[in-house]
Amino acid sequence: MSNAAPKMTASGVNVFYGRKQAIRDVSIDVRREDVTAFIGPSGCGKSTFLRTLNRMNDTIPGARVEGDIRLDGEDIYAKAMDVVQLRARVGMVFQKPNPFPKSIFENVAYGPRIHGLARSKADLAQIVERSLTRAGLWAEVKDRLSDSGTALSGGQQQRLCIARAIAVDPEVILMDEPCSALDPIATAKIEELIHELRGRYAIVIVTHNMQQAARVSQRTAFFHLGQLVEYGDTSDIFTNPRQDRTKDYITGRYG
Amino acid sequence: MNKRAAPVARQPTDWQTPAMQRHVRRRYAAERRFRLLGLAAVCASAAFLFYLLATMIAQGASGFTETRLALPLDLRGHVTVTRAQLNGAAADLALAGAGLENAVDAAADRAFPAQGGEALLSDGAWLRVRDAIKRHPRLLATPVTIPVPVATDIDMAYKGIGTPESEAAVAALGTHLSRGLNVSFFTGADATDPTRAGIWGALKGSLLTMLVTLALAFPIGVLSALYLEEYAPRNRWTDLIEVSINNLAAVPSIIFGLLGLAVFLGTFHMPRSGAIVGGLTLALMTMPVIVIAGRNAITAVPPSIRDAARALGASPIQVVFHHVLPLALPGILTGTIIGMARALGETAPLLMIGMRAFIAAPPGRLTDPATVLPVQIFLWSDDVQTGFVEKTSAAIIVLLVVLLAMNGLAIYLRNRFETRWK
Ligand SMILES: Nc1ncnc2c1ncn2[C@@H]1O[C@H](COP(=O)(O)OP(=O)(O)OP(=O)(O)O)[C@@H](O)[C@H]1O
Ligand SMILES: [Mg+2]
Repeated sequence: MSNAAPKMTASGVNVFYGRKQAIRDVSIDVRREDVTAFIGPSGCGKSTFLRTLNRMNDTIPGARVEGDIRLDGEDIYAKAMDVVQLRARVGMVFQKPNPFPKSIFENVAYGPRIHGLARSKADLAQIVERSLTRAGLWAEVKDRLSDSGTALSGGQQQRLCIARAIAVDPEVILMDEPCSALDPIATAKIEELIHELRGRYAIVIVTHNMQQAARVSQRTAFFHLGQLVEYGDTSDIFTNPRQDRTKDYITGRYG
Repeated sequence: MNKRAAPVARQPTDWQTPAMQRHVRRRYAAERRFRLLGLAAVCASAAFLFYLLATMIAQGASGFTETRLALPLDLRGHVTVTRAQLNGAAADLALAGAGLENAVDAAADRAFPAQGGEALLSDGAWLRVRDAIKRHPRLLATPVTIPVPVATDIDMAYKGIGTPESEAAVAALGTHLSRGLNVSFFTGADATDPTRAGIWGALKGSLLTMLVTLALAFPIGVLSALYLEEYAPRNRWTDLIEVSINNLAAVPSIIFGLLGLAVFLGTFHMPRSGAIVGGLTLALMTMPVIVIAGRNAITAVPPSIRDAARALGASPIQVVFHHVLPLALPGILTGTIIGMARALGETAPLLMIGMRAFIAAPPGRLTDPATVLPVQIFLWSDDVQTGFVEKTSAAIIVLLVVLLAMNGLAIYLRNRFETRWK
């Protein structure tokens, strides 16, 4: 479809937890302008692979990553790579909403503040407003910015976490089952949000919900037992899967 | 005849049978028994606490008071000092040199010859007169009556536990005697005469010692806890350190005293009995407690908060100081105050490093010889003079008040930081 260079490329990636191998020889390209969905049965390694893309596995004792992962052609596991900067460029939203126990404003302002992205107080306030607006939360919280972020509802908290991630203006956003703790209405809001963010950020989303993958993504990767079984355009994967395992999974025969 | 019984269908449970009723009654009885036992336990501990406090207050309250004798004085011609001498810092010396002590004793001999004369007065009685003169120099020029503290036996007799002679003296003195707040108890240090003994020396010694302990144990303990939890790799060495710290927290305090004696006095030749040595020794003892409390508080911070901060690009130090430490702080502070309270009540290790000496002046610096509240209590309780019994109880009350204040501070800090961080 697109001829532009991919935003991120992974080739020959293996991940080990101690002696146990969780990811086997996975190669994948993440496109700049698309939403990429990772699907697969529980325990197949989707989260593990997602975390290799911003080196969050570094913090897990015993985890080891092999292979080559590049962001705009730059090896992110190279010695010279600054992990702190990498994570500012590749943001992440977790399965369980995890706002800081601080005010809503502080939650969003934290990232820009530690990276020195705002030149003044007014600038910071503007970044916060813009991020909350993009995350579709501004209207709901604009009068209570000093309330604690943990006092919001689950869906609001997740959108706050998304606002927090986009406040540092990343190039890629990784989302690990961002809707699994949310009701259908909050889920719809987040899906809508992903639509709006598409194009501005490269987005990778892990989901257990086939319909959700079909709705929000342009590219889909199916993982099974630590391997990448099939990767292609979402429409192809869902209408015309080439592998039997993929077909079985998306038709609900197992998983 | 059909002798085969039909297959028994399962009957609905009858909750009204006597067996069932008995079962229910037994369950209720067990609940009641347990509740009563719990209540009894709470009542017993409350009763012990109440008994302790009541006896302390009953015995100690009189330790905060003194008996005063209204002493008629006419110092004209007996004590001659100039106005100028009374203004300077040398006033004490001038009055002592002018024979004020003898003059006061002579006045007592003259006013109450039959009741014992100067023997009625506390050793420090003339100091009270001296201070009064310094405030109002005209007392030297007119006959006056100044209430001065009496000797211990008269004081005891007036408070109801005297020898027959002293009780006779008290009866003869009648309304010349009065009761008042013993201010010097709060401003003075230890003395051989119970009426002159004060708690301030020991209290100040305790405060200085605690200051040293806190200044050392808190930062070192918190940093160790942070390092062990957030930075150190999990391997055999850190396991060993963890086991050592846990064991260190259980080591009897007297062993820390021996350690302090060997290291701070023996090797480093620090001043014996100084608050600095006491503080260092108690810091050794308190640090493991803070490390353990700190580690518990730090592990209780949800990992998801760390992940959230890391995923935003926070550096390890930023994760620790912006997120982990503030959330762990209430727990760390509680642990610290528990450790400090234990250190405040510690006697044995301080005896080992020489803080049991008789110290008649409050310590001015960290290196001055000092004593601390629990050691002072120990020393006074060991004294044969009856006057020290009430002083002991009074000192215990002071120690308990300090402990309560510390616990109050712990609760205050906890609430403050918890509401801030939710
Ligand atoms: N911290 C860890 N230590 C050891 N093994 C782990 C760790 N995290 C994950 N694993 C293992 O790695 C494999 C892949 O786990 P992962 O969490 O990536 O699966 P997943 O596809 O995200 O599953 P789910 O859909 O349930 O979230 C699993 O077998 C899991 O047991
Ligand atoms: Mg997962």
